[in-house]
Amino acid sequence: MSDPTVTDGPTGTGEPGDRWGGSVSAAVPEAGIPPTEPPPPEEGTAGATFVQRGDRIFRFLATGSGAFVVALIGAIGLFLLIQAVPPLLQNNANFLTSRQFEAGDPNNLHFGILDLLLVTVEVSIFALVLAMPVGLGIALFLTQYAPAKVARPFGYLVDLLAAVPSIIFGLWGLFVLAPAIQPFALWLQNTLGWFFLFSPGNVQIAGATVFTAGIVLAVMILPIITAISREVFQRTPRTQIEAALALGATKWEVVRMTVWPFGRAGYVSASMLGLGRALGETIALMIILAATPAIFTGSLFDGGATFASKIALSFAELNNNLSAGAFIAAGLVLFVLTFLVNAAARWVIGRSGAKA
Amino acid sequence: MKLQRHGLVVALAAAGAILLAACGSDPNAGGSGAGGTSSANSPAVDCNGKASLTAEGSSAQKNAMDVFAQAYQAKCSSSKIAYNPTGSGAGVKQFTAGLVDFGGSDSALSSTEAGPAATRCQSNPAWNLPLVFGPVAIAYKVAGADSLTLNGEVAAKIFNGQIKTWNDPAIAALNSGVTLPATPINVVFRSDDSGTTDNFQKYLKAASKGAWTQETGKKFTGGIGSGAQGSAGVAQAIAATEGSIGYVELSFAQDNKLGMAKIDSGSGAVELTDANVGKAIAGATVIGQGNDLTLDLTKTYAQPPAGSYPLFLATYEIVCSKGYDAATATAVKSFLTVAATDGQANLSAAGYAPLPAEFQQKLLTAIQAIA
Repeated sequence: MSDPTVTDGPTGTGEPGDRWGGSVSAAVPEAGIPPTEPPPPEEGTAGATFVQRGDRIFRFLATGSGAFVVALIGAIGLFLLIQAVPPLLQNNANFLTSRQFEAGDPNNLHFGILDLLLVTVEVSIFALVLAMPVGLGIALFLTQYAPAKVARPFGYLVDLLAAVPSIIFGLWGLFVLAPAIQPFALWLQNTLGWFFLFSPGNVQIAGATVFTAGIVLAVMILPIITAISREVFQRTPRTQIEAALALGATKWEVVRMTVWPFGRAGYVSASMLGLGRALGETIALMIILAATPAIFTGSLFDGGATFASKIALSFAELNNNLSAGAFIAAGLVLFVLTFLVNAAARWVIGRSGAKA
Repeated sequence: MKLQRHGLVVALAAAGAILLAACGSDPNAGGSGAGGTSSANSPAVDCNGKASLTAEGSSAQKNAMDVFAQAYQAKCSSSKIAYNPTGSGAGVKQFTAGLVDFGGSDSALSSTEAGPAATRCQSNPAWNLPLVFGPVAIAYKVAGADSLTLNGEVAAKIFNGQIKTWNDPAIAALNSGVTLPATPINVVFRSDDSGTTDNFQKYLKAASKGAWTQETGKKFTGGIGSGAQGSAGVAQAIAATEGSIGYVELSFAQDNKLGMAKIDSGSGAVELTDANVGKAIAGATVIGQGNDLTLDLTKTYAQPPAGSYPLFLATYEIVCSKGYDAATATAVKSFLTVAATDGQANLSAAGYAPLPAEFQQKLLTAIQAIA
């Protein structure tokens, strides 16, 4: 790994090229080598100026891309902030603790994000709770259990889920899934209604609830979790698996002792990315979730709106900057929330990287 | 000699082809002639304006625009119009920015919007032309109730929660002979901001004799019930939920086979029909100046003409009175003329109310005055 010639090679392609050639010819003053040595330095120097130019261009492009993305995110954050401040200053309700979001009248703004935040978090977490075990199962099946002939097309199939437009998921959720799971939802309410998660909700439209929305979201984030986990599990060193097998481990023990410890961090970060996707999902939730003037009680059978769906519901008809700004302020909170989730995912990945 | 003969054959063939072509175009001419038999309703329009018009705005008039676009294409085969239903607010914005040729909006330009709109029209006022009228149905689903009659006051009390069950005496008083269950009323409203909600609440405010104490606006303010997204969502939710009531554009109530309440404005229960809505439109007060036909529907909502169905939504086309370039002006005029005449024929199938004759004349006068 730390062979000096290899490490020297790349850095030495520039001006040290002839020094290297010289030192070799000095160290090995044999007749056969010097005649063949001089040409490489010439090619080396000619190539070096070329590589340097390419280097500079490539470096510029790469740095530019990196800087561009940072600038873009910064600009988006700044835009959100600039738009959000004026309505926040004129807000007659507490932005963080009020449960009503009344931003239609620019002269009388009353908007608070508490319910939006709670619904967004609850529906996303619920989706994650459903999708994480299933995603893990699919990824393990595809990498460890399924024969290659099945795994490949099956993998494509799961990835295909990611290609279904979210509006289709929304319509499917409301028109097909919601009526189908309604008996189960009612059973949950009747038997576990004493627990706040399953208490009867605050909307009367059958199935237009966090429960249905969460299941749909789970299906939507499944391909993300599966795809990344599959990649990670596939990279489990073959030697470790074989060593475990050689020790007489069963398939399950192989998974538990080698694949899982190796891929756990990747799986968690895949789930975090899925969570980020769930937090920002808009159209499907807009279609499924029923709006309600009642406050959010925390039940899965409540309606309500998430940050993104609330913005989408109102944005088309906004005609003044203050009202729009109020929604942008809500968007800013979502921006921060998503950022935190992704930062957490990064942190998990980074920690596992240090460990490996 | 032989060559000349060939020439003759060719000439004959060519002549024949021309004759055939003439014959081919004949039926078309006959067609437009046939359309012209109701000549007042199918005036000649100038098809030489800009080939493609763009418009944007209210989604409430989207389906009407589709009908108009077809009629326009039938009349002027080389011309077309693209209508982008992004919402009234966006329509006004895009029109004012000069990005579209006219805007569609559920409400007339406000005093603050009129100034910038006039600037876009080279310092000429923009006109609000109420071209599309959408009847709004109070749709319900109650087992055993084949008909339901409401008035403004009872409707308001249902939609703000003062009346909570279907067998409430106030509802029973308007519905003798109909047995209504003792189940709770489940109100469904539009969760997205919409002109339908705005007009519905304005109606409740005007017609409820003070029972609607809530605000009006594009967002439902009744404080009860559950919201569904879009008219389609509301209609679907009503259809799926027993004991529910909501407000949707006529076509959605029809598509979902929902019951539609009759409205009793003091002179007996009136059903939602094109004719009954037409009567109410004809009685609407124009408050705009000259050819600006901005309507004030408050009076129509509160005291509609006898036998009329007062709950409807007026959507406007926002156009420049002057200030278009010649080609655009021609195209805008042609399109709006076709929309107000030929376009009316298939309108009721799309869930809108056709223009009553007198009002149509007012509109055509205004459209002709665009320069």
